[in-house]
Amino acid sequence: MPQEPIVEIRNVSFGYEAARPVLRDIDLAIERGAVVGIMGQSGCGKTTLLRIIMGALAPTRGEARVLGHATAELERDGLYAMRRKMGMLFQFGALFTDMSVFENVAFPMREHGGLPEEVIHDLVMLKLQAVGLRGAAHLRPTELSGGMARRVALARSIALDPQLILYDEPFTGLDPISFGVIVRLIRELNDSLGATSVIVTHDVQEALGVVDYVYFMAAGRVIAKGTPDEIRSSPEPFVNQFVNGKPDGPVPFHYPAPDYRADLELAPA
Amino acid sequence: MSLATLRARIERLGAAMSSHVWRIGYASRFLFYMLVHSGTALKRFHLTIAEIYFAGVLSLIIILVSGLFVGMVLGLQGYETLQRFGASESLGVLVALSLVRELGPVVAGLLFASRAGSAITAEIGLMKATEQLSAMEMMAVDPVARVVAPRFWGGVISMPLLAALFSAMGVFGGYLVGVQLIGVDAGAFWSQMQAAVDLRNDILNGVYKSIVFGIAVTWIAVFEGYDAVPTAEGVSRATTRTVVTSSLAILALDFVLTALMFTGTEK
Repeated sequence: MPQEPIVEIRNVSFGYEAARPVLRDIDLAIERGAVVGIMGQSGCGKTTLLRIIMGALAPTRGEARVLGHATAELERDGLYAMRRKMGMLFQFGALFTDMSVFENVAFPMREHGGLPEEVIHDLVMLKLQAVGLRGAAHLRPTELSGGMARRVALARSIALDPQLILYDEPFTGLDPISFGVIVRLIRELNDSLGATSVIVTHDVQEALGVVDYVYFMAAGRVIAKGTPDEIRSSPEPFVNQFVNGKPDGPVPFHYPAPDYRADLELAPA
Repeated sequence: MSLATLRARIERLGAAMSSHVWRIGYASRFLFYMLVHSGTALKRFHLTIAEIYFAGVLSLIIILVSGLFVGMVLGLQGYETLQRFGASESLGVLVALSLVRELGPVVAGLLFASRAGSAITAEIGLMKATEQLSAMEMMAVDPVARVVAPRFWGGVISMPLLAALFSAMGVFGGYLVGVQLIGVDAGAFWSQMQAAVDLRNDILNGVYKSIVFGIAVTWIAVFEGYDAVPTAEGVSRATTRTVVTSSLAILALDFVLTALMFTGTEK
């Protein structure tokens, strides 16, 4: 019997205000073990979709099932129990600035584990070793570069060996070396933990190199889906413009404006 | 003024009023939720102790120095007035009653709001703006229980202690000026104070006031931080609101409490 998808979004619509829907009729299913990208332009609704997967927002219509639970039906305790099986990497890391790198990674273990301090120490060192920052355990978040902070946050998000790891714009603001490190870590950690990863990003070219499957969003809808190769060769004009970074296309280069000649006062009298 | 303008103004006033009432209701629900989820702050008391350090111990300098100067000014002004009536020996009573009943809780409360209240709001607001609170939520850790409640209890516990220290320091300041500098008799200064200051009517009522001020200031501070718009400007506005609202709350509550405590209860 095939396994139930780890994330299943069925016919989901959502709007912060009833008159302005952000998501419309979204359907997607994320299989266990995959690294899946949700891509699209800023403001297309992908972060809202991520918040629905996190259980931070409830769909206005439709159903979101995550780790076997319909998120909208969960009370606070149920939601927290579900989140203990999830890890989340925030856009800029969201490290606790009043704690050291070590304490940041130990935080979820101390809050939930009830583990002896020696065990926590070893586990934290294992996680930091996995992201190459064991030697930075004593540093404060303010002493880290952007790429290092992202790696510490990644170590913290896998502290409890999650089944599902969510990434919110993990590549934003990274230099090429840090970017390469994060891409490699996402793949390696996903495969070594036997987890499932969902990457929300607008860095399409970069993300296509790491994901197994892509959902492409525009204006609150999924307009294309497929493997990275299928997305690269998609006939959909918007996807084509986005993947190839063309300045003009369905998303116009020019902001709507009156006739250019009229603005230059060249129009015939 | 046309009828339409009048109507628009009344509508704006109504909208502003209902928005304020809504916000008070929201803040009350927040307080209730925080009290219900205070288990972590009380069970893992070291979290609260750390906040007592930040809100209380780090406010000591400003509280002690201010208390000393307020007491010294009271000594000068009190002597100046009392000696006109030949009652300069009552200086100790005047200084002590002024401090334990009013100035201790009120001035310490105002200083606490500016020093610790603003820091609490800014810290929680910045944690929100940098997604630290969301990260906690995603780790299945309730930020109200883990971050807000320890700060609330830390503030509530610190405030009466700071007010007591403020009053003690003020009495010492009054003694320095009245007895050491001006030359009021030390025996009269202390014995009249001892005879006139009542434990229940004066000291305990002052302590109750400072507890109420501590609850009000810290509640406002944690709520404003948690509810701040998560931007630099939003946090700045929330911090300002904390200082303004809690200062006004202290003064208004002081009037109400004084009316309840000291009217018609004394012989």
